[in-house]
Amino acid sequence: MSYSCRIGVHNHRFADLRDLLAKASTLRSGDCLAGVAAGSAEERMAAKLALADVPLRTFLNEALIPYEQDEVTRLIFDTHDMAAFAPIAHLTVGEFRDWLLLESTSAEDLSRLAPGLTPEMVAAVSKLMRNQDLILAARKCRVITRFRNTIGLPGTLAVRLQPNHPTDDVRGIAASILDGLLYGCGDAVVGINPASDSLPVLGNLWRMMDEVRSQFEIPMQSCVLTHVTNQIRAIEQGMPIDLVFQSIAGTEKANASFGIDLAMLQEAREAALSLQRGTVGDNVMYFETGQGSCLSADAHHDVDQQTCEVRAYAVARHFKPLLTNTVVGFIGPEYLYDGKQIIRAGLEDHFCGKLLGVPMGCDICYTNHAEADQDDMDNLLTLLGTAGVTFVMGVPGADDIMLNYQSTSFHDALYVREVLGLRRAPEFEDWLVRMSLIDTAGRLSDQSTVSDQLRALVHHAEDAR
Amino acid sequence: MSRWVQPNPWEQLRRHTAARIALGRVGASLPTAEVLRFGLAHAQARDAVLTPMDTDHLCETLENNGFPVLRVASRCEDRPTYLMRPDWGRQLNERGRHLLGDPAQSSPVAIVVGDGLSSVAVEHHALPLLLLLRQRLELDWARIPVILARQARVALADEIGQLLGAEVALMLIGERPGLSSPDSLGAYLTYRPKVGRNDGERNCVSNIRPQGLSYPLAAQKIAYLMEESLRRQLSGVGLKDDSMADVALLADRR
Repeated sequence: MSYSCRIGVHNHRFADLRDLLAKASTLRSGDCLAGVAAGSAEERMAAKLALADVPLRTFLNEALIPYEQDEVTRLIFDTHDMAAFAPIAHLTVGEFRDWLLLESTSAEDLSRLAPGLTPEMVAAVSKLMRNQDLILAARKCRVITRFRNTIGLPGTLAVRLQPNHPTDDVRGIAASILDGLLYGCGDAVVGINPASDSLPVLGNLWRMMDEVRSQFEIPMQSCVLTHVTNQIRAIEQGMPIDLVFQSIAGTEKANASFGIDLAMLQEAREAALSLQRGTVGDNVMYFETGQGSCLSADAHHDVDQQTCEVRAYAVARHFKPLLTNTVVGFIGPEYLYDGKQIIRAGLEDHFCGKLLGVPMGCDICYTNHAEADQDDMDNLLTLLGTAGVTFVMGVPGADDIMLNYQSTSFHDALYVREVLGLRRAPEFEDWLVRMSLIDTAGRLSDQSTVSDQLRALVHHAEDAR
Repeated sequence: MSRWVQPNPWEQLRRHTAARIALGRVGASLPTAEVLRFGLAHAQARDAVLTPMDTDHLCETLENNGFPVLRVASRCEDRPTYLMRPDWGRQLNERGRHLLGDPAQSSPVAIVVGDGLSSVAVEHHALPLLLLLRQRLELDWARIPVILARQARVALADEIGQLLGAEVALMLIGERPGLSSPDSLGAYLTYRPKVGRNDGERNCVSNIRPQGLSYPLAAQKIAYLMEESLRRQLSGVGLKDDSMADVALLADRR
């Protein structure tokens, strides 16, 4: 079915729902590269105007990527909860935006609604929302997950400690982990992107993190971000694996380019669950996503990059993750050109994930060939902190020396806690207080004198093997 | 360091990693010196991306060292276009296509030097590396042109190599700058280059710079890959780098 919108003498036509969504998207370089973006600012507004009048039910009748061709589409349709959808079944996309922003629409309403929403409905409404709408509505969502601590409680922000090293040097990684812990970071996960994919090398990393955790009784979880098949093999070999990681995308073909399918994710989740390592919950998965991944795999089916991204969140939520991370500025300027596009995408991703019920965090980041700098990251961090983002990254000095890009630092996490009054996961915060690393207000203690606990931690990092 | 900076008493851990650890703090924030150190590194990386390659100078120094040079450019007219249209960075413009399409230009090996994402990488490292390759590889160097390509992506060497009728293409190209490595050069080797080759069909030698992979080791690896590629008639995942350079590199690290 085609759509149209008359503005003055010009009648703007859109071939189908896919075309309408793409042209209603806020300008970004990836949609231009794919040739699906609106050709003019007026055409973009015409698409938004037409989209506002589309009934939400349309998304249950018209698949953007055919059901027969794509297992992500099948997952979306097969798991859709009609009863949960009922309260908004009579709304258009524009009316849905209004409803979301009502003071009377509560966190409970949104939690009940989540299983009734498809990613395409959520992507559609986000295209009509300004940045402040994305912040206000996301802030209402409650998504709480658990493994060894509790992530996502109101008023909290967690941090993934990212201690990467270009040659996976265990001592170098341990040094960065220690730096992060002493700066009060690591409650979301201590997650290493390894340079190697050799199991013996990765095994050393899993073991080292597990030793630190158990020796100092830290209520945290660890992860090595290697391919899911490596993690399944490592679990079979008895490695101490807390969270299973995988990059995911919003189409079957893009997931195939990552070497995965839904059945493989299911197998990985069951393997991780079988270890029963969680103490307060069993959310065992950690996913990463990012706008542009489908296009870069030539697997976008002419669907715009933001809608593809939200479809990845439908994949994520099916596997009940502890954390899902949109690595927003990593992909480069051909997908998100500058700070403005990265900031917009970060706010969209966070809102869309949260509305679908996904524990959404954000790697607020950029590469050196993007028109962005640390000021843009400060802006997005402050905005996402206000929006209630589940977690952000903690990279030493914001400089990832393995992946060669800039993210947010341990200091950045302290900053956003200070200005917005955000606390850590409660179990982790209690541990930091017990170790005298922070005071009861959550601020870092004076560390100029070396306590016994601190001395022990430093020695442990020095002795890491 | 100002008197308000609270240092971290675990500074000794810095010897285990180049990561920015134990930076100290003022309140919740980075000390002034660290903010400026980071800002300088980012400025250098940005300059590496945005400064145009000085093709006149590079052409002159290559020719002075006995390398014949041909200059071409991709379809990207300027840097913003280059950054947003990677597909155009893989295609020659009309002029370049015309120049290299001339049968008089045919060459058994295509040696391409492209700006990529770091013009300084190419300006610093292309000539020293080519001089070492000339020593190691028995080619008719006086007749093989070095193709100097502006606004180039790795796969531009496919079209160049195809037009030249080359058996193998070597692209030396500026890599995406890291915060502490603004001038890292990459080398990509493709057997029977033609438009549409994918990355799995190439071999890559990366991080070439004095602080990373040294010129002699890089030249050894590249020469080995090129000889093996021609001998075994393939490149990419099927061609593993078994050269002793890796062994030497490991010894270096120890």
